[in-house]
Amino acid sequence: MKLKHAAFAAAAALGFAAPVFAADCETLTLGSAISLTGKYATNGIHAKNGYEFAIQKIAENGGVQIGDTCYNFNVIYYDDESKGDRGATLAERLIQQDGVQYMLGPYSSGLTKAIAPVTEKYGIPMVEAEGASRSLFNQGYKYLFAVLSTSEQYLASAITLAAEMAEKEGKDPASVKVAVAVENDPFSLDIRAGVLEDASKYGMQIVVDEKLPRDLSDMTAILTKVKLTKPDVLIVSGHSKGAATAVRQVGEQKISVPMFAITHCESADVTGNFGDYAENVLCSTQWAETLTYEDAIFGTAANYEVEFKAAFPEYAEKKVPYQTAQASAAVYVFKDAFERAGTLDKEAVRDAISATDLMTFYGGIKFSDAGNNVAKPMVLRQIQGGEYNVVAPSEFASHPLNWPRN
Amino acid sequence: MEQIAENIGYLFQYPVLNIKTILDGVMIGAIFALAAYGLALVWGVMNVKNLAQGDFVIAGGYICWWLAKQGWVHPLLGVQVAFIVMWGFGWVVYKLIISRVIERDLFTSLLATFGLAIMMAQIMNLMFGSDTQSVNLGYETFFFFNGFVDVPMVKLICLVLAMCLAFGVIVFMKRSRMGQAIRATSQDSRAARVMGIDTEKVYAFTFSLNSAICGAAGALVVMIWVIQPFYGITHSVRAFVIVTAAGLGNLPGVIAAGLGIGALEQYGGFIFGIGYQQAIAVVLLLIVLFFRLMQQRRKRQSLS
Repeated sequence: MKLKHAAFAAAAALGFAAPVFAADCETLTLGSAISLTGKYATNGIHAKNGYEFAIQKIAENGGVQIGDTCYNFNVIYYDDESKGDRGATLAERLIQQDGVQYMLGPYSSGLTKAIAPVTEKYGIPMVEAEGASRSLFNQGYKYLFAVLSTSEQYLASAITLAAEMAEKEGKDPASVKVAVAVENDPFSLDIRAGVLEDASKYGMQIVVDEKLPRDLSDMTAILTKVKLTKPDVLIVSGHSKGAATAVRQVGEQKISVPMFAITHCESADVTGNFGDYAENVLCSTQWAETLTYEDAIFGTAANYEVEFKAAFPEYAEKKVPYQTAQASAAVYVFKDAFERAGTLDKEAVRDAISATDLMTFYGGIKFSDAGNNVAKPMVLRQIQGGEYNVVAPSEFASHPLNWPRN
Repeated sequence: MEQIAENIGYLFQYPVLNIKTILDGVMIGAIFALAAYGLALVWGVMNVKNLAQGDFVIAGGYICWWLAKQGWVHPLLGVQVAFIVMWGFGWVVYKLIISRVIERDLFTSLLATFGLAIMMAQIMNLMFGSDTQSVNLGYETFFFFNGFVDVPMVKLICLVLAMCLAFGVIVFMKRSRMGQAIRATSQDSRAARVMGIDTEKVYAFTFSLNSAICGAAGALVVMIWVIQPFYGITHSVRAFVIVTAAGLGNLPGVIAAGLGIGALEQYGGFIFGIGYQQAIAVVLLLIVLFFRLMQQRRKRQSLS
């Protein structure tokens, strides 16, 4: 409760500066089943805070103008306890009993997968921000839209970056050699598929393509092959154990590869655990506050970070997680779509969401027919002097890439 | 198939790779041998097949990691601390669980230690979280043969520590009174009791010793690899393979089998892909069991 008061206090403090404080607007209700308890609780709460912050910011900026009336968003939250079946039941309840016409997504691909069939059945548009699995977007869903990049994009940008570097060197991108080692699970295989697809687009040669076991603790055998085949890019994805094992053993065996990209840098705490070994490693993320993205409501990405921390003081000591930023972006998509649709008719709103072409502090948002966001690339950060600095996509980067790595 | 042929090709094209693969395997295998020797000890002396063997290893790893993280103990000293702490833990487990199943049939002890393994993994998960952990000493790596063969200092240190521990255990078993008592009990517990050996004490001591050896092995594992609460099972499987291959009460055999499995796993990982690295251990278990069975059948036939 304390936090809510703080949010209102902060909103009130900022409010008088806004041209129209939309206090006397009508209420437009959204619904969300989200993980407030259970294994996804931490990230579920990050997402909820992101929704709430965006709602406040939109209210301060005059609310949502639909025709001549203005509206403020209000969200009915239910706790799905991080369980899929609970999420689906709650989605039914939101739609059937509470009469919710528009939904914000839950946290995680699994929960989104559980809820999407329900929203689809009732034709309720859902904008989600926390489900990245590409299996969400090959089901032919019409009412599901995601603002984040899907999992196959996680490390594909490393391939683009490698091609850019080759061109800069005056070499043909097709001469680039790629080594891929990913875990044998759906998420990592999505990543692999994205990398291979992009690599084949450039005509790059895949010299190592291996699957890591679930209980990986040693990858010297792969690194020996890397030593022999001398790839230009090494890509490893296997949750935190993959990140930890790869960074340690690449460092230990002094494998020299110009570009080394992994996922789960933070959860493996590679900078804290491996210090110098982690230097110049590329890590993928959905969003970072140092990006130069900007919009009218939230300002720049850096501004979002500052204002969000002011509204939610419990984040003061840490970085604002990308889960929060993308949740705010999802609310922004609704505002934009309602205003363009000019009506509360959910079919018209669905079509307006589908036609979204928006630049936000979180990145560009434009949906494919399948509902995933195709305008925002994944962000690559490089560990430089123990700091995570954004180096790709190059046009939004804050720091130049250290290349070759060592 | 093509990939496999290519990988085998590399081994012939660059013969030095074989040296690297064997060295890597030996450095890892020494640690496998430790855990396996503990298993052989408990198996031989008390006829308890400890399925929680790998979880003891992981617990030792967490002790070393946790102490190092607090900044209280240098990781290399953590090996000794893990040995002592796990000794105490082993004694408690013996008194609480093992002493109750020791006289029972095979399945009771298997079930009890299986339950213990699950409990330990979950408790470690609750205590330390499910993220992988490791201790990085940041020591030098030595390179030979144009950088093809790399020997990280930390692996060498671990190899030496493992050898010291194995040597200590051998001397202890040969020379000390307790060592003699343990060997006597394993030969014939009833006769040992008649001769005045307190077998209950021997059992408690043996199980604690096993747990302590595993703890030290775990502390070595966390310095060269990574640990995670649910990684115990792979260490258990390896220990079983090694003991089955070497036989009980055969320390040189256990060490040889441990080093051999380490090297074969590296070869397997290189040739068939790293996903099959641990499968090698299981395939070996099958082959060993098959040959053991053949041997026994032949013996039985010769008897009749």
